[in-house]
Amino acid sequence: MSSLPAIELKGIDKKFGAVHANKTIDLTVAKGSIHGIIGENGAGKSTLMSILYGFYQADSGEIRVNGQPVHIKDSQAAIAAGIGMVHQHFMLVENFSVLENIMLGAEGGALLSKGVSHTRSALKRLEEDYGLEVDPDAIIEELPVGLQQRVEILKALYRGADILILDEPTGVLTPAEADHLFKILGMLRDQGKTILLITHKLREIMAITDTVSVMRRGEMVATRTTSQTTVEELAELMVGRRVLLHVDKGEANPGAIVLSVKNLTVKDGRGVTMVDNVSFDVRAGEIVGIAGVAGNGQSELLEALSGIRKPHAGEILIDGKPIDKVDPARLRELGLAHIPEDRHHMGLVLKFDEAENSILGYHRDARYGRGPMLDLKAVEKDAIAKIEKYDIRPPNPHLKTANFSGGNQQKIVVAREIERDPRLMLVGQPTRGVDVGAIEFIHRRIISMRDAGKAILLVSVELDEIRSLSDRILVMFAGHIVGEKTADAGEQTLGLMMAGIAA
Amino acid sequence: MSTASVPLPNWITYGLLPLINLVVAFLISGLVVWFIGEDPIQAVTLMLQGALGRGEGIGFTLFYATNFIFTGLSVAVAIHAGLFNIGSEGQAYLGGLGCALVALALDNYVPWYVTMPFAVIGAGLFGAAWAFIPAWLQAKRGSHVVITTIMFNFIGSALMVYLLVNVLIVPGKMAPETRTFLPGGTLPDLGWLIALFGGKIGAAPFNVSFLIALVMSFVVWVLIWRTKLGYEIRTLGISPSAAVYAGIPYSRTVIVAMLLSGAMAGMMALNVVMGQSQRLQVEFVGGAGFVGIAVSLMGRNHPFGIILASILFGVLYQGGTELSFDMPNITRDMIVVIQGLVILFAGALEYMFRPAMVRAYQKFVKA
Repeated sequence: MSSLPAIELKGIDKKFGAVHANKTIDLTVAKGSIHGIIGENGAGKSTLMSILYGFYQADSGEIRVNGQPVHIKDSQAAIAAGIGMVHQHFMLVENFSVLENIMLGAEGGALLSKGVSHTRSALKRLEEDYGLEVDPDAIIEELPVGLQQRVEILKALYRGADILILDEPTGVLTPAEADHLFKILGMLRDQGKTILLITHKLREIMAITDTVSVMRRGEMVATRTTSQTTVEELAELMVGRRVLLHVDKGEANPGAIVLSVKNLTVKDGRGVTMVDNVSFDVRAGEIVGIAGVAGNGQSELLEALSGIRKPHAGEILIDGKPIDKVDPARLRELGLAHIPEDRHHMGLVLKFDEAENSILGYHRDARYGRGPMLDLKAVEKDAIAKIEKYDIRPPNPHLKTANFSGGNQQKIVVAREIERDPRLMLVGQPTRGVDVGAIEFIHRRIISMRDAGKAILLVSVELDEIRSLSDRILVMFAGHIVGEKTADAGEQTLGLMMAGIAA
Repeated sequence: MSTASVPLPNWITYGLLPLINLVVAFLISGLVVWFIGEDPIQAVTLMLQGALGRGEGIGFTLFYATNFIFTGLSVAVAIHAGLFNIGSEGQAYLGGLGCALVALALDNYVPWYVTMPFAVIGAGLFGAAWAFIPAWLQAKRGSHVVITTIMFNFIGSALMVYLLVNVLIVPGKMAPETRTFLPGGTLPDLGWLIALFGGKIGAAPFNVSFLIALVMSFVVWVLIWRTKLGYEIRTLGISPSAAVYAGIPYSRTVIVAMLLSGAMAGMMALNVVMGQSQRLQVEFVGGAGFVGIAVSLMGRNHPFGIILASILFGVLYQGGTELSFDMPNITRDMIVVIQGLVILFAGALEYMFRPAMVRAYQKFVKA
């Protein structure tokens, strides 16, 4: 029994209209292993996992679980086959307790009390078996994201899952939380569970998986034993050509101070101080990177600088003049561009056409129509020019933005903000959820903006990105800037500063 | 989850699917009619004949449709800004006060076509004013516009009764209504338009307001899809956080959208007050504000769709009235049931047949 693979996929094929999402995929996942599936956005990873979990039906092909052919017609069938899924976006009821969430859909009878006591004891057992500690009576929305994810894992285990699928599990986690998750996954494997990890982050694959399969354009291009492969090889397999993981850039040529932040304090919606008395300058022709673990005030800093959030105290000066009004529109007039951290909720209106999004924030501009009118011809012409220059695919300005891949969505934002020729650019997580090919492109664009003498403030939780792009690095921890380093500072030094250990 | 994102061609989404919904609504209505012992085929025939068979019926149908176009536009403008304006009913009621005051002031001195533009402005202004307070409360205080607009329907209703009973009433009369407007304060009927198609308008109150409604539909279309303000309204409606990012002022956009919504509702009064009864009466709106919600939903919040949905509801209103004359078993309440079924299938269940349609379409494309 133990020699049989946990999952065997044979010739899985799936088409969505003209899009061939999965082309005769074969995959074998050994029992008690962590198997990574890596690929660019749109390579077909999520489709494949959705077929395995019963969201989609394959057009053809066979699924075997523990050697037995199974027909997974919905998620109920997947659970019955012992497959559990932890989604990228959690499926939790936010104002329910942990216990209630785990019980959800498996309450057992009309009265709750029996289910509650049963779930509570089962939870305790799971806790002891796997070291997954969480307060069963805590309310979900009050828990940090890492713990919410743990609840998702518990939910799957409670339903008897032997095979866990995790879809981009670290996308929402801080590096520390991610490390913790990896520890948990290792423990689950040691207990005999099989884990399928979907990601596009090479580092995670190397850190945690036993075996890795690479997908590209709907095909399974390679499967490797993780210990016998390298980041470079995997990256090449993913994109199908050699990629520059390191960005080529010349010396910075810093000029006059463009952005000056003085004693800035910012509080969040709950009144908690997120940015505490922060001061720094950004000069023309340099990239200043802000490194830090997510949630240490970077987001609030960006929001304050872009006029979205009113600062509590302190001063923001552009070209030596204090900004007269906390208003994103006014700041754009002053030559500020902003690539926001969250393109889905801020940078783009996903239901709009591509062309409509290419003017967001600049829609009042005279070039897009006289007076109160919007000149759709001009908007379209402008969008087509950007599509060509930034190689946005598919090149259709009338396609709904939600139908573009992550990388191309980000290119829409980047094109819009850069093409305004700003003097100062705020860049937040420019390559989050973006495939390797687009990362390279976006990085080169940011460097060329610097070389054109623009002042750039970069915020990213990807330390690699900060180190390869920045000319100066500020490290943020718990709302403070705890230190400044040059671009050649070691990963370890920065890592310690990000953890608030050394200054 | 699996089929909602699959694109279908427009002719299916906007043509075939609503048609299927409508047919199913009528089939179930037919069952209901059959249960109470009437012949469904005959009922449908009577209904369509009553609504569309003669010039007078068409006149009534389009008269009702005019009401629904205005209130449908009102609901749609607000929905594009992400606001659910349930107060079109009250805003239309107050709009009646606006146009009635204009008509009472001018009807003695000028012909109707001079009064008309002022009446349009008066009705729009009063409707907008009635929407302003809920809008302001939403924008500045976060009070939910659904709650406040409902409340304002009641307040408006009480206010109008007070004004009609105590202030605007003709001294010495019992009926709570203003005096009848002179011809200078009325809107003439569109008998010539019906005559163009060889019909006779008869007693139908189908009037110039219909043309105003068509103009307003075009204005709303331009506003939402061809102006910068419309762009801001839609951005706010779909993604409030993206609107903040883009520097679109929340309060101003909410208030402006609600004022426009209120103005559209207010203009509905032109049709009834100046076109039909030629005086201001209590409860003249008669639920048209609420029908506007269904009309907007069914018309996919698009002016063209709203016009079509309004005509459909006009047919249901007029045909239903005729039907209850001819088939005493089918009471007014029965008609309301049928209207409710149409709303249920065309509006609330608009996605019911979509997954099946997606599967059928994919098979068809593959073949």
